[in-house]
Amino acid sequence: MKIKFTLNGELVEVEVPPNMTLLDLLRRKLGVMSVKRGCDRGECGSCTVLVDGKPVYSCLILAPKIEGRSVVTVEYLSKNSELHPVQEAFIEAGAVQCGFCTPAFILTAYALLNRNPNPSEYEVKKAFEGLICRCTGYVKMVEAVLLAAKKLKH
Amino acid sequence: MTFYLIPKLNYHKPRSLDEALKLLNELEDAKVIAGGTDLIVDIKTGGIKPPKNLVDITFIDELKHIHVDSKSIRIGAATTLQEILESNVLKEQIPVLVEAVSSMGSWHLRNMATIGGNLCNASPAADTAPPLLVLNAEVKLNSVDGERTVPLMKFFTGPKQTVLKPNELMTEIIIPKPPENSGMKFIKLGRRNAHTLSIVAVAALVKVEDERFGDVRIALNAVAPTPIRALKTEKALIGENVSIEVIEEKVKLVAEEVNPITDVRASAEYRREMSVVLTRDAIIESLKNLGFKLEV
Repeated sequence: MKIKFTLNGELVEVEVPPNMTLLDLLRRKLGVMSVKRGCDRGECGSCTVLVDGKPVYSCLILAPKIEGRSVVTVEYLSKNSELHPVQEAFIEAGAVQCGFCTPAFILTAYALLNRNPNPSEYEVKKAFEGLICRCTGYVKMVEAVLLAAKKLKH
Repeated sequence: MTFYLIPKLNYHKPRSLDEALKLLNELEDAKVIAGGTDLIVDIKTGGIKPPKNLVDITFIDELKHIHVDSKSIRIGAATTLQEILESNVLKEQIPVLVEAVSSMGSWHLRNMATIGGNLCNASPAADTAPPLLVLNAEVKLNSVDGERTVPLMKFFTGPKQTVLKPNELMTEIIIPKPPENSGMKFIKLGRRNAHTLSIVAVAALVKVEDERFGDVRIALNAVAPTPIRALKTEKALIGENVSIEVIEEKVKLVAEEVNPITDVRASAEYRREMSVVLTRDAIIESLKNLGFKLEV
């Protein structure tokens, strides 16, 4: 079936089999490789994308569901080839280890700061509860979000 | 790396309730999909036989709402858990539901998962069930043949089983306004603090009249084939003096009302024991929410 949606601000019209997940549509058909396949069953969060600004697991969404919606992946944040303050903060705080889960954490942090520019440490942890970092680098990632909040205020 | 294959299927996106009900009536082997956070996992992992047709009800605006009037609170079945969590009016009127939703899944899952989906999936561990049971909620079921309203207590018939007919759709959850001056609390025990399923969870609602228990309602999940009300324990408490000793004595009855199994999350014995402990705590916390100071 044909579906239309926006991907990182640009209109996409694509023919998809209805049993294809959004994760597979992005990775295998549209070549967006920042969206990772981890558990493929809604437990690890590595396949996170934003749909209408909200973080969701793309492995649990069948492509027809995103008809008319806006989908954002981490590429959107540095579209004008400059890093977004959230990305800068992750680098400065040393919040990256192997990098596999990083796009999911950055997108979730970006979505959180868009709706809550001044989150508490607890609110950051609550936003991250559905994301797993196999390197267990959570402490620095929470610090990075608090640092990003400061950066975005200036 | 794991790849799950989803068999071929047809995906339907009705834009109105009428259209959805017609589809459910006409299509062969059709299943309703809302958030998909249970259904897609079940299809991927072989938990259910994959249906030929999926009817996605999340494009229907009339199924997404939170309405409050003087008598009741009505929540559209396709309202997401995150929308419930962020609702100030629900926080104020039925905090016990919001507390339960806060403990469910993750932000990512709550952005997709719906309250109707949590109920219709009918897991014995459904976390929206205990608060809705103590609130005496009813569910509205629609089909091309008409509409019926079923008390949530009568909706679940077994693990993953409900009274829903194949052509029926849950459209609304109707919650009568809780009694004035009632205290409520939801407590969940999982294997970890976040993104977890219940080993057991308890919701309580209490009302005190002249230093005695007036109304007491207790509901539990994950300790029986369906979420349950602990009616015997409720009855034993009503009319008694409000004291720690009375609560500790009477909640022991809960152990007789539950019928838990041993699974990957916990043993039956542990679940039975924790049902008693969590019921005690949920009642004490409900009383604290009413301003009672209890001496331990």
